[in-house]
Amino acid sequence: MADTSPTSPAHQAGRTGAGRYAACAAAVAALFVLALLLPPALRDLPPAAVVPLADWTGDALNWFAREASIAGLPVSGITRAVASAAQWPIEALQVLLADGWAKGAGFNRVQIAPPLSWAGITMAAALLAWRISGRGLGLLTLGAGLYLALFGLWTSAMTTLASVLLCVIAALAIGLGIGIRAYRTPSVEPAVRAVLNVMQTVPIFSYLLPTLLLFGYGPSAALFATVVYALPPMVHATVLALRAVPAETLELAKMSGCSRHQTLWKVELPVAVPRLAIGLNQVVMMTLNMVIIASMIGAGGLGYDVLRALRRLDFGAGFEAGMGIVVLAVVLDRLTQTAARNRAQGRTGLWTRRDSLLALALLAVPTAASLAVPALAAWPKALTLTTAPFWNGAVSVINTHFYDALEAVRASVLIHVMNPLRDGLAALPWLAGVLALALAGWRLGGARLAGLLAGLSLFVVLTGYWQAAMGSVYLTLLAVLLALAVGMPFGIWAAGRPGLRHGIDLVLDTLQTLPTLVYLLPAVMLFRNGDFSALIAIASYAIAPAVRYAMAGMQHVPSERLEAAAMAGCSKWQSFVHVRLPAALPTLLLGVNQTVMMALSMLVIAALVGTRELGQDVFTALSRGETGPGIVAGLCVACIALSVDAILKSGASRAARHQGETHV
Amino acid sequence: MKTTFLATTAAAAALLASQAAAFEPESGETIKLMQADWTSMLVDTEILNIILSTYGYDVEKVIADDSARYPGFENGDLTIALETWQTTQDKAFNASVATGKVLDMGELGPQAREDWWYPAYMEEQCPGLPDWTALKDCAEAFSAPETAPKGRYLGAPVSWGGFDEERIEALDLPFEVVHAGTDAAMFAELKAAYERKAPIILWVYKPHWAPSVYEGSFVEFPAYEDACYSDPSWGVNPDMAYDCGKPQGWIKKMAWAEGEEIWPCAYEITRNFTMDADEVGQLVYEVDVEGRDVDEVAMEWATENESKWREWAACAAD
Repeated sequence: MADTSPTSPAHQAGRTGAGRYAACAAAVAALFVLALLLPPALRDLPPAAVVPLADWTGDALNWFAREASIAGLPVSGITRAVASAAQWPIEALQVLLADGWAKGAGFNRVQIAPPLSWAGITMAAALLAWRISGRGLGLLTLGAGLYLALFGLWTSAMTTLASVLLCVIAALAIGLGIGIRAYRTPSVEPAVRAVLNVMQTVPIFSYLLPTLLLFGYGPSAALFATVVYALPPMVHATVLALRAVPAETLELAKMSGCSRHQTLWKVELPVAVPRLAIGLNQVVMMTLNMVIIASMIGAGGLGYDVLRALRRLDFGAGFEAGMGIVVLAVVLDRLTQTAARNRAQGRTGLWTRRDSLLALALLAVPTAASLAVPALAAWPKALTLTTAPFWNGAVSVINTHFYDALEAVRASVLIHVMNPLRDGLAALPWLAGVLALALAGWRLGGARLAGLLAGLSLFVVLTGYWQAAMGSVYLTLLAVLLALAVGMPFGIWAAGRPGLRHGIDLVLDTLQTLPTLVYLLPAVMLFRNGDFSALIAIASYAIAPAVRYAMAGMQHVPSERLEAAAMAGCSKWQSFVHVRLPAALPTLLLGVNQTVMMALSMLVIAALVGTRELGQDVFTALSRGETGPGIVAGLCVACIALSVDAILKSGASRAARHQGETHV
Repeated sequence: MKTTFLATTAAAAALLASQAAAFEPESGETIKLMQADWTSMLVDTEILNIILSTYGYDVEKVIADDSARYPGFENGDLTIALETWQTTQDKAFNASVATGKVLDMGELGPQAREDWWYPAYMEEQCPGLPDWTALKDCAEAFSAPETAPKGRYLGAPVSWGGFDEERIEALDLPFEVVHAGTDAAMFAELKAAYERKAPIILWVYKPHWAPSVYEGSFVEFPAYEDACYSDPSWGVNPDMAYDCGKPQGWIKKMAWAEGEEIWPCAYEITRNFTMDADEVGQLVYEVDVEGRDVDEVAMEWATENESKWREWAACAAD
């Protein structure tokens, strides 16, 4: 009861907290002054002292990809063979869904069999959605199919779907495998966790080049890169889900004489399905997130349509193709979620043999008919709908009429907030930065955390990326503050209104899967190239977890505490400030953590509008084909991410010790 | 339905048979055509793809970066590229040809130009243009709040190089360079400024659709010579290099040297492949401004110019 009392402990904590912060701030200031008095080498690392890790990494990878061999077989031969093996199912799916079967090329190209008709696929998918969920999802699926067909996006969408399906299946299988292994052998788990954390935070552009070196250009390289990117949440979800299986259930399995194998497949996994579904959702979202980047290395599809449209500054067409990606994401997500939920609730028999036959007929009839009626093979170009002129017009109108107001905002934010912070951080001597981090780590989590933070920051210093990293910190910090300032209050507000839930989920899914480039370029038109456009783009991408976690945190405040507060005569505001907010704090901190991670993962995309920081180093290294600097700069981004993660986690666990558990 | 299907299959088989009898490619190995990310190269590479595939070669289009292409060509990961621009690739291309592993396959046809560019309406605010010395006095007309009183010059993505920071210092221009992150972002800003008739000066290159859609001119800097970039004493600033404009010049075709032995006829076709500047400009316009599909535009060109490219492919005609 003591910790729910609305007055004393919180205030006490506040007082001592303030004292500590003042002491820390004084210590940092002292370090700063001290560092200014130090020799210049301790302010800016001289070039001679930089460890040429980037060169070593580049050389090592080049050697590995070009010359190394295992048991007499060249590595490049092995990886290329794997790539062509992976290519086969992609191509098979593509023939089925997008291209049909054709022989020859150029002037000798002859179409032998058509692909499955759009009408057939749409109707069969809608039937499936209707049967397993109900009319709502059925209509949504039907609408999605019609959108893709009528807007002329169908062939690209199917090319994308073909590779997305394979990525999801591969990430699911590998993620489950690794997760089960980590769960069963606890000694492996810390290592797996460390590797996953790095994997999740190194920007994908960093390992795109090594992937290309090993697997060559094309859809299979895109497949590998995407799986690496989408794997970590699946592994995390698997471990968490298996751990959450109640001990009594396992006891029961043991008593009824199940073998270890049987326990896993018949008891643990089925019980874990709802939590596994969360992992699956993330895999689907992240795979579709990668569609644009995958199309840069030859995956084609909707991502390529977006890139092409934006190159000719046709924002409307880019937006339509981008919404095609969102539509695929939403339908895939809702279908897999429903299937998982049905399974968990033991609802079977929804799909009968008659349905299978009906679905086959729905696929076969329009496809066969498409030989005679071309409109069933591809929606006629003349009848294609488009809203592109409207969007292009809207951007132009805003540009001509509201530019001056926008420009005033941009200029004042840039001159009064962004540039001073950037210059201040750039002037921070590296030694002061490292010591301040170590001190913060020591205060929050003792010697271990201090050592970790010092190590991570020294890596950045010694590889010569300190200045660039400060650029990333400045941009990320501002974007996170902006996203939190908008997202958290909104999430807290929305938590009290369950009726809005569906709509908000749809908006957040859209924000997370609509390719950032789609709104980045209109942002450039209104806010010019540079840090301000980057800030807008990063913040609008990172806002989704801020809203999601704020909603989750508020919804899970234990009702006894709220009742206790009501009985103690708290006003609505008092109960919010002294009960709900502190109880939700651990979850909110996790939300902050995820917001930071999202913001960091956007840095490389923000480089596309001309930032100057680690993301730009990674991007430039990619376009110059320099493997080493790309990877090392990417690792520096990971160092920032891991530092923030460690600081916030120990902050969250302190808060949890005071206030209760974390709810996700 | 079944009969239609059978008929198509038969027709296909017949076509394949007749084509195979006409010309047998020297090798079944895959020819890898490099394409970078700008439109003219996408279209002409697709045209070459159509031609070579028509003669039965196994062809694959590979996306590669402009300046990262050389190792690929030297070890055979890439076979043919139709566009290498002297403006940015001069040194790297010559160095690569000097290794003997890469062949200079001759010029494609159009001349490339890239430099500082301003829209025509800026001439009122900066009357001395296009002469570069005018920029010294009217930098403020090009300024943004965060660069004022200096002018704001929108440069290309960092990875393109171009030495604009050095040029500004050497020519003592009161300007600051802001780099666009991508080609698209650069032209998005031009479009926005042009709609409002707002001040802008930026990096433009051609062949590209922008200089044909928007009215404007390149700034006339002292003309480029090799010595300008390598010898500080050259030019108006006796102490610094880069006191001149950007190089202009040819767009060349290049190929992996060993491929000459493998597909001699395909190499012959590539050497004969030429287009003129207007032709390329028109193709780029169709794709970038009219919003048509690259494959469709390329196929249209190939259909209309069949006699022309059949001539290039004389070695495959018998």
